[in-house]
Amino acid sequence: MFAYFVRRLLLVVPTVFFALSFLFLLFFALPGDPATLLAGGADRNPDPGVVERARERYGLDEPLYQQFGEYWGRAAQWDLGESFKSGRSVNDILGEKAINSLRLAIWAILIEIVVGISVGVLSAIRRYSLSDKLTTIATAAASAVPVFVLGFILQYLFAVVPEKQGWPDWLHLRTQGLGPDTWTFFFIPTGEQWRYLILPAVTLACVSTALAARMTRGSMLEVLRADYLRTARAKGLSERKVVTGHGLRNAMLPVITLIGLDFGTVIGAAILTETVFSWPGLGSAIADAVSERDLPVLLGLSLAVTIAFALVNLLVDLSYAWFDPRIRLGKDAEV
Amino acid sequence: MTTVPVPETLLSVRDLRGGFDTPDGRVKAIDGLNFDIARGELFAVVGESGSGKSVTAMAIMGLLPTLEIDSGEILWKGEDLLLMDEERRRAIRGGEIAMIFQDPLSALNPVHTVGRQIGEMARIHEGVSRKAALARAIEMLDLVGIPEPAKRADMYPHEFSGGMRQRAMIAMAITCKPALLIADEPTTALDVTVQAQVLQVLVDIKDEIDSAIMLITHDLGVVAGLADHVMVMYAGRQAEVGTTDEIFYESRHPYTIGLLASMPRLDDTGAEALVPIPGQPPSLIRVPSGCPFHPRCRFARPDVCRSTVPALMPVGAGTRHASACLFLDELDEVDVAGLRRSAGDDELVVADTTLDGTRAPRRADGAAGPTLEPGTDVHQDSVFEP
Amino acid sequence: MSGLDPLSAGVALEDVDEIEADEELAPKPLRADVWRRFRQNKLALVGLGFIVLLILVAVFAPWIAPYGPAERSPGAFREPPSLEHWFGTDTIGLDVFSRVVYGARISLRVGIIATLMTVVIGLVLGAVAGFYGGKTDGLIMRVTDVFLAIPYIVLAVAIATLFGKSVNSVILVLGLTGWLGLCRIVRASFLSLNRLEYVEAARSLGFRNSRIIFRHMLPNALQPVIVYATIEVGTIILAEAALSFLGVGPVPPTPAWGLMVSEAKSTLAVAPHMLFFPGMAIFLTVLAFVFVGDGLRDALDPKLK
Repeated sequence: MFAYFVRRLLLVVPTVFFALSFLFLLFFALPGDPATLLAGGADRNPDPGVVERARERYGLDEPLYQQFGEYWGRAAQWDLGESFKSGRSVNDILGEKAINSLRLAIWAILIEIVVGISVGVLSAIRRYSLSDKLTTIATAAASAVPVFVLGFILQYLFAVVPEKQGWPDWLHLRTQGLGPDTWTFFFIPTGEQWRYLILPAVTLACVSTALAARMTRGSMLEVLRADYLRTARAKGLSERKVVTGHGLRNAMLPVITLIGLDFGTVIGAAILTETVFSWPGLGSAIADAVSERDLPVLLGLSLAVTIAFALVNLLVDLSYAWFDPRIRLGKDAEV
Repeated sequence: MTTVPVPETLLSVRDLRGGFDTPDGRVKAIDGLNFDIARGELFAVVGESGSGKSVTAMAIMGLLPTLEIDSGEILWKGEDLLLMDEERRRAIRGGEIAMIFQDPLSALNPVHTVGRQIGEMARIHEGVSRKAALARAIEMLDLVGIPEPAKRADMYPHEFSGGMRQRAMIAMAITCKPALLIADEPTTALDVTVQAQVLQVLVDIKDEIDSAIMLITHDLGVVAGLADHVMVMYAGRQAEVGTTDEIFYESRHPYTIGLLASMPRLDDTGAEALVPIPGQPPSLIRVPSGCPFHPRCRFARPDVCRSTVPALMPVGAGTRHASACLFLDELDEVDVAGLRRSAGDDELVVADTTLDGTRAPRRADGAAGPTLEPGTDVHQDSVFEP
Repeated sequence: MSGLDPLSAGVALEDVDEIEADEELAPKPLRADVWRRFRQNKLALVGLGFIVLLILVAVFAPWIAPYGPAERSPGAFREPPSLEHWFGTDTIGLDVFSRVVYGARISLRVGIIATLMTVVIGLVLGAVAGFYGGKTDGLIMRVTDVFLAIPYIVLAVAIATLFGKSVNSVILVLGLTGWLGLCRIVRASFLSLNRLEYVEAARSLGFRNSRIIFRHMLPNALQPVIVYATIEVGTIILAEAALSFLGVGPVPPTPAWGLMVSEAKSTLAVAPHMLFFPGMAIFLTVLAFVFVGDGLRDALDPKLK
């Protein structure tokens, strides 16, 4: 298991290196003056002083390979520069926003795993039943709904309507901002906090939950037909034990991969969700950086998100190996 | 087997009929089966794929939810399995009747250790502890001749060789000392060299735990020398039943005779051609009228065979030997070896087909012969773009 | 057109499941069979109907829309739906219905062109990786790893920041970033096709590699690609809407659906219709492509239903 971990880690490092280099080249090596771009883009007519500052800060007068080296030198020391807009260090922004994003993400992933997988399994077991058909349609719909539209519709239903209709306050959910910022065990909302958390968490979870449910259903249907399930039945196990003891673990393999690969979608959804609900996390910070052309922030946060993404995929690989002894024991590793 | 009393009848199938509903119509998978299996005997069921032999096994196990039983009974020690409640049935399944499947790699769960999968049997049916179950698994692995069983019990199926996997499968099936062991093509997925070993393990085990074995195979060759009784199936029906000697030396059904003629034998001199049965097994949705075998039968008389469904008739008084052929009495003079010799003028040059047509006879021009059966993996052999 | 024929060839005779279907040979999914099975799927038919309708709407937009996409109705600001303005009007008096109609043009253009780009890139790279294997395969797979390591939306935002804000740059962004999944699917098909004997036979006969790839292998790898590409159109339309919403897509007054949602967000409480109709348009369009994609997959591969 440890050897496997090291092997995967060795694969991840160059991947992250090249990914970040690519982002660097994207911003610094393409035609046009990167300094102008860094300072806000040509269409904003940035202050010549700001352009000059950017040129100096990023050493844009130097040859590209040198810039590249310095970029990596700074990144290696985790020096991500400062925001052009506020002057705050990107590290500070990252530290502050990442916590909020993490809290939201934890809840979304919990919903995805608990709701998505159980709905998928139940749907597969009751294949062709009315509830299975309805679930299939519902999950297709949920995977097609634009995150930001869903966010606004939920806002309308649970905040605007209760207010217009004069419903009692406890039916009235909050839709803007972080709220009182009170938590137990880092992520469990206390007091009024849950009212601020619930809508963004549901919105963020929606698409991935639907995907997880669809994937689980398909994978479970495949597993239910497998020979080893027939063997389990032939042993005299009850159907429930056949499914939980012999089916579930096998059916989870492709779902785990999906959840890992899907992390990119979750990040995208987080950007949209946090924007819609003004949730002060990484996603809304990235969206703000985009609209304000705050390139140091955009670049720094992208870098952090890319590394987080790589770590998540490493975790996924590890849990995959834990679930599947064929991988753990080194065979069929290159599928 | 020594003399003394008539062995106890374990399983008794009476007039069993059943099938599947498909969009294209009803598949009559089994059509009027009658047979008994006694304690300690090895009962072989032989037929091509699609003859209903696997469905019969699955009906006994109750593992085919899509199979609709239309009529008949499956008596286990006198009690009808079809009328039992699910809990009682589950206790019998695995505990008293256990099954060994064809492809041990796919039939074993890839994510659990072999020891755990074998031990699970004891845990379900005898409620023993996890530790005791593992000890039992090791004992069983030892019994089926797997070296270093304690170490092997901790390994996963993919770390086993094909033959070892099938031994592990057998170990699993015999954990609770079942009275009947159903083995569905237990050696088909294995190397030829390993096949004999695995069969030997099966026979040894049978004597060790005094169980009966229902051996399902497409290969009449496997049956010879092992089985006590043989049931030949065709199109969901019994074609012929009898002792192994009766089936091999006094066969009274054209289909059985055809099978024998198409089977390579140890005493082959090489001078005689093997004769495949022409044509394909029928679709079970549209079974031919009359005798289902008549379109492929070299002895068929079109007038009668096409219109009259033959019943299973005893071949002689006082035996269990019976055949479902209208002309069974006329078949006692047919000489299988003669059949083979007379095939010399046929266009078939080499006919190394097995019953399943896994290797199709080749014509002189190299094209596939006419008896390529469905159900065989055609594209694997095909060099041509599909 | 011959490209579609080998659809049927993709599934060679499968092992017949001895127990379930005894005698039945797995039927070859000929085009007629595929259509027959597709037709049985009501959701897929509804989806197909919606897409056809959408295409007609896009083509005949000037005749269908009562107003121009940037034509203001004086004095009618944020009016709720009425006979005059079926979907109401927006903050500056534009007719929402007309803008949704014109928006179909943008969504379909982005969806279809960007999908074609992803299919071409994914097919070529996937085929090359799967066919040649070895170092070529390793290199291409590492490249997709790198691209996968950068979250999709970050990459899209980065590229969009460079290329400026327009429909064409959105097409470029989505076309250049969407091919990763497809590439992996095609590669996997080619890896398994490589082992088939007719491909080995074609190689031993000395056929040129390009001929083997395009004539013998590609047609057999097309099935999953068709399904994937269908769903991908929807995915890309969704991504386009998201980019527009985030302000890195086309600029006002382009009638892009995502942009319309973005413009409506500040007036949600007083004029929900401004958000609802373009939002619904995105949702239904994406859903239609998902339904058709699902229907195609079931029709092409009945085993997986």
